Formats: sequence, structure tokens, C-alpha cells
Amino acid sequence: MKLKVATAWLGGCSGCHMSFLDLDERLIELADKIELVHSPFADIKSFPENVDFTLVEGAITNNENIEMAHIIRKRSKFVISFGDCAVTGNVTALRNFFSPEEVITRSYIELSSNKNKTPNDYSNLAQLIPTARPLHEFIKVDAFLHGCPPTADQIWFAISELLEGRLPEFQNIFLRYG
Amino acid sequence: MAIVTLTIDGIQFSAKDDESILEIAKQNGIRIPTLCHLDGLSDVGACRLCLVEIEGWNKLMPACTTFPIEGMVIHTQTEKLKKYRRMIIELLASEGNHQCAVCVVNNHCELQDLAYEVGLQYVRFPYLYPKKHVDATHPKFIMDHNKCVLCTRCVRVCHEVEGAHTWDIANRGINCEIISDLNQSWGSSPSCTSCGKCVLVCPTGALIEKGETIAEMEKKRDFLKYIVTARQKREWILNMSDEE
Repeated sequence: MKLKVATAWLGGCSGCHMSFLDLDERLIELADKIELVHSPFADIKSFPENVDFTLVEGAITNNENIEMAHIIRKRSKFVISFGDCAVTGNVTALRNFFSPEEVITRSYIELSSNKNKTPNDYSNLAQLIPTARPLHEFIKVDAFLHGCPPTADQIWFAISELLEGRLPEFQNIFLRYG
Repeated sequence: MAIVTLTIDGIQFSAKDDESILEIAKQNGIRIPTLCHLDGLSDVGACRLCLVEIEGWNKLMPACTTFPIEGMVIHTQTEKLKKYRRMIIELLASEGNHQCAVCVVNNHCELQDLAYEVGLQYVRFPYLYPKKHVDATHPKFIMDHNKCVLCTRCVRVCHEVEGAHTWDIANRGINCEIISDLNQSWGSSPSCTSCGKCVLVCPTGALIEKGETIAEMEKKRDFLKYIVTARQKREWILNMSDEE
């Protein structure tokens, strides 16, 4: 039976997912072994139950990310922090030098041609939390895949281990920040 | 100076008693991780990464500032030491802003290398994300306090080798920081000779050259041994007598 695999995109740049696509011809091999049940690649709106493992890209930076992280944890057997933003905060956490108000004003008022609306004006849009933070500060994470972005070889190692039912332990060439 | 016999990780060595345990270990091919130590500078035992266990001693001792006595039995790689070394790297990571991906010395950083050496998977402590400043007032160099690990190599090289003593340390605990002269901007420092030694010895991306971009700067931290050896051996006098 194929393993049910998900990937998620929280407060990140999608670079980790781009690196996932760098698996190239290995993606064909992977397609025979897994069922991709939720992913930015697959455009499936809701996060399904009973997922075998989920790779989570990005830091936790708004209230929607927190909610999603808890759903992922509840419905996945293994959760893997996917890339430096999920592991350390990394580039997403550079905004922590400023208050959420300063960041929103800079992005949506000062640098925008439409100078009157921000996400804070819409109650159904995600709201920034005070600081962007790593995933494991919110939910239990089972393994950490480092790098900005992780290389295709690192990702392949992680997936190969998980397909064998083992949690990947990253050492030597597969342990690499930045 | 006397010769003593000591045991490191189960192997007996004879060593001079005026050489630190770190030096003796290094001479015998035993790797003890270090961060604040640099060949050519005095040792201060600031980073605590070189802590070792000595049988019969009730506390852990930094190898760089501990000297051997006859019959000493030393362990450098116990589980307890590995746990502490990892914790030190975690604390350094959580109390600065070390975004490796956007750092000038990415892949040429001693803190990064140590994280790999201790097998750091993630940091268990909450990140502080402190709001630290960047001093870019010097015409050639930048001091980025976000990436400073307070090893004090810059303070020591400026005082001991260059003789300018531009750098020093202010405040205590979490507020501790490196300052230039009387806590003024680096660019306004009257004592700085712009020699750049502090930039070359800095283990992280805290002291960098202007105009370098991400992962571009590779520091030549071992240049110091040439200067210091030349001074200790008064090599310029030898060279002059050669000419005669």
C-alpha cells in the first residue's frame, strides 16, 4: 500500500518546495511509492486524516499557521520540519526586529500604491503574531531537515528513510544550516 | 617547567606542565572543540566548549586554561561533556540572530561548524530574537552585534597583537556587548588603526568587510601565527644577520 504523504507551506518562501522538485527523475520513482494527499503542488484544499508523514516548510508567523500546525500534528504520524525557517525561524524571523504593526505599515502602506488597506482591515485574513518562530515551539516535531533550502539529496535521504519506516537522523553531509 | 605524566582518554602522555591541556591534546591528535581559543592569542576560557572532566575534581575545567599536574586523568568526550557542548551551541544560537542563509560568512563560520560537530538538530530553548544593532560607521568594516558570540578574540587581538585596544566589553549577562573605545561608534574611534585583524579572527559574521555579500567572505584566521611567531622568535633580527 502506498504511504500517504503531505507537504505544507507555512511562513516560508516556497524555496524548500522548489528544492523538492529538484528531485527530478527521482520524483517518478517517488510517485510509485507515495500518495500525495495534501501539498501546494497538489492543490487539495483541506488537510486529510491519517497521513503517514508531513514535511512542513516555513516558520510560524501568523494565527493561521498556528491553527494549521495543530491540524497537521493531529492528523500526521510523523511531522518533519522542512528547511531552516521551520527549524530556526531563519529569514522569516528577520521581521522580528520590528513590531507586526511596523512590518504591516511598511509592506502595505509605505511601499504600496494602494495606501489605505492592510490585512488587519479584514477579519478573515491571517493576522501576524508578535514574532515569527520555529515550528517545534508550537507542536512536537519528529525530525529536522535543515538548509536554506535543503538540497535535493538531503530531501531524498529524508524521504527514503521515512519510506523505510525510520525517522531520519541528519549527520555529516546531511546536517547543513544556511 | 617540569615534565609530568598524564592520561587523556585512556592514553598516557608525557607533557610540559606549562602547556595547557588543550595544547597537549592538540599535539597528540585529540580533538577538543573550541570557539574563543585561537593560536597566537592568550586564553580566557570564555566559551566553555573545551570543558573536560578530570578524575577527582568536582567541577568541569576548561582545557585551554587548565595546566597538567602529575598523574592527572582527563576525559574529553564523555556523554556529560557532549551534552554540555551541545547546550552551549544551543544557547549561543538562541540568544543571537544567526540567520546562516543570509550571513556573509555562511559556510565559513566556526559557530556553524561547531553546530555540525555537536550534531545540532534543533534548539530546545526559545529563541530570544534580540534587537541588536549594526555599527557600519567604519569606512572599511562592519560590526554586526546580532552575530557576536562574545568570544573576545577581537578584544584580545587588538590589545595583544595590534596594541591599540580599541575593543572592550561593556555590561553584564544578556546585555553584555563588545564596544569600541568609550562606547562610541567604531567610525569615530580615535584608537582604531583600521588594521582589520579583529575582522580576520572573528569566528562568525559579527565582524565583516564592507562590500561582501552572502557566503562570500572566507576569513584567514591562521594568519595570526605568522605575526606572533615572527615576534616571539624576533625573526627580523635573524633575517638581518642572514644578510650580513
